[in-house]
Amino acid sequence: MDWKRFLFILLVIAVLFGAVVLVGMVKQEPIIIIASMLATTITVATPLTLGALSGLFCERSGVVNIGIEGMMLTAAFFGWLAAIYMSSIFGFPALPSLLVGVFFAIVSGGLMALLHAALSVTFKVDQIIGGTVINILAIGITGFLNRQLFFESGSVFGGTVPHGPGTLPNILIPVGQGVKAICGWFGPSESCLTFANSMDKIFSQGPITYAAILLVILSHFVLFKTTWGLRTRSVGEHPRAADTVGINVAKMRYANVILGGMLAGLGGAYFTLESVPSFEPLMTNGRGFIALAAMIFGNWTPFGAWAASLVFGAAQAMQINMQVFRDVIPPQWAFLQVSYVVGLAPYILTMLILTGIIGKTIPPAADGVPYEK
Amino acid sequence: MTENNIVLEARGITKQFPGVLANDQVDFDLRNGEIHALLGENGAGKTTLMNILYGLYHQDAGEVFLNGQPIEIHSSRDSIKAGIGMVHQHFMLVPVFSVAENIMLGDEITRLGMILDEKAVAKRVLELSRQYGLDVDPQALVGQLPVGVQQRVEIIKTLYRDASILILDEPTAVLTPQEAEDLFRIMHELTERGVSIIFITHKLKEVLAIADRITVMRAGKVIGTVTPKETSEQKLATMMVGRDVILTVDKGLSQPGEEVLKVDRLKVHDFRGLEVVREVSFEVRAGEVLGIAGVQGNGQTELVEALTGLRPTASGRMLFAGKDLTGKPPRPLTETGMAHVPEDRQRHGLVLNFSVADNMVLNTYYRPPFARFGVMQPEAIDANARNLVKEFDVRTPSPFVAVSKLSGGNQQKVIVARELSHGVKLLLANQPTRGLDVGSIEYIHQEIVAMRDRGVGVLLVSAELDEIMALSDRIAVMYHGQIVTTVDAKKVTREQLGLWMAGARPEE
Repeated sequence: MDWKRFLFILLVIAVLFGAVVLVGMVKQEPIIIIASMLATTITVATPLTLGALSGLFCERSGVVNIGIEGMMLTAAFFGWLAAIYMSSIFGFPALPSLLVGVFFAIVSGGLMALLHAALSVTFKVDQIIGGTVINILAIGITGFLNRQLFFESGSVFGGTVPHGPGTLPNILIPVGQGVKAICGWFGPSESCLTFANSMDKIFSQGPITYAAILLVILSHFVLFKTTWGLRTRSVGEHPRAADTVGINVAKMRYANVILGGMLAGLGGAYFTLESVPSFEPLMTNGRGFIALAAMIFGNWTPFGAWAASLVFGAAQAMQINMQVFRDVIPPQWAFLQVSYVVGLAPYILTMLILTGIIGKTIPPAADGVPYEK
Repeated sequence: MTENNIVLEARGITKQFPGVLANDQVDFDLRNGEIHALLGENGAGKTTLMNILYGLYHQDAGEVFLNGQPIEIHSSRDSIKAGIGMVHQHFMLVPVFSVAENIMLGDEITRLGMILDEKAVAKRVLELSRQYGLDVDPQALVGQLPVGVQQRVEIIKTLYRDASILILDEPTAVLTPQEAEDLFRIMHELTERGVSIIFITHKLKEVLAIADRITVMRAGKVIGTVTPKETSEQKLATMMVGRDVILTVDKGLSQPGEEVLKVDRLKVHDFRGLEVVREVSFEVRAGEVLGIAGVQGNGQTELVEALTGLRPTASGRMLFAGKDLTGKPPRPLTETGMAHVPEDRQRHGLVLNFSVADNMVLNTYYRPPFARFGVMQPEAIDANARNLVKEFDVRTPSPFVAVSKLSGGNQQKVIVARELSHGVKLLLANQPTRGLDVGSIEYIHQEIVAMRDRGVGVLLVSAELDEIMALSDRIAVMYHGQIVTTVDAKKVTREQLGLWMAGARPEE
């Protein structure tokens, strides 16, 4: 990641945050608004981050993956289904049910990716078509099973959606606690306590969110510091060169696409097991494609992709937080009241980024090209 | 002594590809510490044989012996283990990786079994580069290195894997003469340290200069093995092509007629906006060859692009057949009688996925008889292709085959056939024989002389001094975007031209 890109990302995030602070200042203290924005940004960036990492492993190995959306949707459904089975049919408590759900989400993402790998590596199908197949298949399978299992009388769940196991509990990292302790040394003040509470808000996130951040760091390490990463990048850049030094190109591509699918699967789990305790058809709502844009904007690097995901997260956080301040929006900013306008922000950003306005990004040289011996 | 010990031997290798017997009962052996050249035209089966020895293909029949023991090579991993390293014609390097990353790829030095130890690799690379005189910086990005240095990286890559047998596939094709000299020095250095080298090429001069033994292949068969002492360029060429080849061009006196092309103080900018052609003036007459000599990158490419309507001119004029056609697009130029054989035949001369027949009408497809009222006329296009294939001796299974399937020489013939098949007044040939084999070069040269004798004006641009001297009637030397001097081809020496090309000013 070049510094220009980072600076641009910081700038966009600052502008988005600034807009909300400006609007909400009359009602809330800026620090509370910023903390709330930060917390939401990190939360909603989770599926984007995981989706972008998914794309990253696929494309670094030379397989274009526009099926992230479908992989996430499939995983969201099957993860949720597994959790419900565990809790309502087998009678497991909530947490184990949810963890089994996460496991199945990852597995189902991996299976969808296996299909994508077979199509694009073994059968050398056009990878855009392959990804489209994944997306359409995901909509079909999840929509069909959702109706058959829950809304048809005589089905397993007898025509009703059973009470699910809820969502994964947030984990609080006691940063706020530490801040409070430091506050104590100086004699407790109002603003110090506010700051501590804000920290508690930011550092209370779901386990998948924490996992996503750890996975960013891990992905960077794997891609750039290990044998696996070097070989993955080589088959994405110059597969013949990799072949001539005895690297099995097909095997590397399969492995990376499946790994990517599993990451997308974890991203899918976020929707139904961490964010909300239910499944709705089409609930990923284009997140997989935004994740793809984040990966491109991040120039095919984990940290870049993460930073870009945070930009999109911030845009979404702005949309969510603006709704709170609906009544105090000044008349000249009235158009912001229409939440749809604000809701467009992530998509407009995606388009802007893809036009290359913020500088050219360079994909792996063999990205999307099947390897012919 | 180990001098005559055979380290690698192939016996009776046969490899069949769909439609081609690429290797037919091939025997080949390599002695310890020798440079054994494998000579042959494009498509003779040299690269197939080497790909079998390197494990990229597997032979249908025949055996390979390493130090007298039979060995099965099924993948490049097997051959690397056997101590065989190959430097491919198109480098197998990842441009965005560092030198060290490229060298270690597939055979990484690690800590804890998976973490790359770049320091250890860099140390090993520096050791090797010192040991063999292969100067290279392990941290440099490969894509930013000159071609000659990239080749060194490839050689170190094989040495890093402890290769004692080195296969170099057309290593000089991409090098400047100086870089080639450097490579030869390195090759001697390597053989002195016990490495045995198989050197694949189709350049006769190089073979005689550096090889200990020469094996010639033609049409999948070994024709014979000779030493440089007992052979000559002429004999080798005959072995390669299968008939006597005329290495020197036989041409009579030129009969210059009227002026067909007049270039007057032409200025051209390159893609960065720099002035790379600076006030160039010259003229080409009907029935003469004007050769433009010069080291590559002195504005020749941009000059030709401007003359053929592919690049805008900054100022100056171009008169073609008496008309001012400065800055006109290619179509009116073609219709006035300009033929263009471009520098990069695959990118600018052909549509690779189109058939031979379609490529032969790329400049005339829109007018009768090939199109009527905007509808293509397949019969006329096919008939045209069949005629041209016969007339220009294009070796193709059929006119409907994609032109990408043809060898380089035949691709060039397709272009020449297309360009010369309509009324031509001027032929602009830019590097017309680059990368071609002896037989094709001979053919193209004869064709150029034949055009001249038919009263066509020829502008020949080439970086090969031999080619310029052999074909031109007059020679213009280009240096730094300017024509330094124009001389009579019969009254100038190679040395003198070389000096002018390097920037010396003619005394006057």
